[in-house]
Amino acid sequence: MKNIFATRYGIIGVGAVIGVLAPLLQKLGNPGNMGICVACFERDIAGGVGFHRASVVQYIRPEIIGFVLGSLIAAYLFKEFRPRLGSAPVVRFVLGVFAMIGALVFLGCPWRAALRLAGGDGNAVLGIAGLIFGIWIGTLFLKKGYNLGRTQTTGRTAGLMMPLMMAGLLALLISFPQVAGQNKSGILFYSVKGPGSMHAPLVIALIIGLAVGFLAQRSRFCTMGAFRDFILFRHAHLLSGVVALIAAAFATNLIFGQFHPGFEKQPIAHTMHFWNFAGMTLAGLAFALAGGCPGRQLFLAGEGDGDAAVFVIGMVVGAGFAHNFGLASSPEGIGIYGIEAVITGMIVCLFIGFTMRRKHI
Amino acid sequence: MSAKIDARGLSCPQPVLMTLHAIKTEKADEIEILTDTETSKENVVRSAARQGWSVIDILEEEGNFRVKIRKK
Repeated sequence: MKNIFATRYGIIGVGAVIGVLAPLLQKLGNPGNMGICVACFERDIAGGVGFHRASVVQYIRPEIIGFVLGSLIAAYLFKEFRPRLGSAPVVRFVLGVFAMIGALVFLGCPWRAALRLAGGDGNAVLGIAGLIFGIWIGTLFLKKGYNLGRTQTTGRTAGLMMPLMMAGLLALLISFPQVAGQNKSGILFYSVKGPGSMHAPLVIALIIGLAVGFLAQRSRFCTMGAFRDFILFRHAHLLSGVVALIAAAFATNLIFGQFHPGFEKQPIAHTMHFWNFAGMTLAGLAFALAGGCPGRQLFLAGEGDGDAAVFVIGMVVGAGFAHNFGLASSPEGIGIYGIEAVITGMIVCLFIGFTMRRKHI
Repeated sequence: MSAKIDARGLSCPQPVLMTLHAIKTEKADEIEILTDTETSKENVVRSAARQGWSVIDILEEEGNFRVKIRKK
């Protein structure tokens, strides 16, 4: 059976649907230009379970749970659930850590960069430029034979680990629901102010997350692959999905009155142009070396890819480091050790890029 | 002349890189690419078509896809 979602019209349609749903989530309560942000939401989940104690960013985001479970459902329905792992998982963990740190210096993953642009945030231009630059560096490594090695087929249990973890998070969210005005409910942390306190209703966020996960699994939507494939092969297939997302989000923001052009006072954003660029350069390189944007890693984890699951865990741990060590930015600017973190991350990613070669696997 | 590529277990964009490399460097008129995911199969088919090669056969066997492409 032909997969209509993997056609040109399919990927454009999926991009456009995500471009409508994300601003809708913002309208329903998610933070500004953050209808969907995979990095921010995984960071909020890290806070929700107490891996960091930044009180303004603690909430178990149902969208992330939906992304993984929606992908799992699609993969099962279309017989694409393939449990696999073993392609340098510890390297992928480290890449996940620094991808998150880079994203939190910019204040958003590629998904949010696109949504920030569609919401009028000029600083997103620097972030997207940095993202493309980082991915371009990654393509140079790919051309030189960079490779993390082959996966092995594994048992169903291993492939189900990340979906089960997500189901576990959902169980915690239901068992310890948010109590208005309280920063804790049972074992979970809940922000009472700041972006972590802003969220769409749980059920709606979960349903939209499931829909996006389903569609993205079918279409292979990837914000990093979009630029990588265009740079490497001049293939605009995935890129057309990202462009459709931005166009649809822009139109939806106009309708909802959520389009506010400018650089200053943008929601959850800072104006340190170089560090917006450099943070996303680090994230872009890490995503390129790991073979997928943070969303794609969730969708792959949903279809049984244990290495993508390890990358996701790396991002959650990276969020812990980012907030515990003062690496993450805030609207006031970059964190105390943000510069050192970006430099360290670039050195680590370049080391991985130079040393993981085909001849060694 | 035909060439074979084993891209099983390799994630994006490796199967496509290997296919395009073979199209450019091998003197083969036919290339057979073995992949183990639907995504890699789709990407390989799409890339080959863009290079002006035609897909002559896709066989699914034991969870793998054997994609045969031929120079037009």
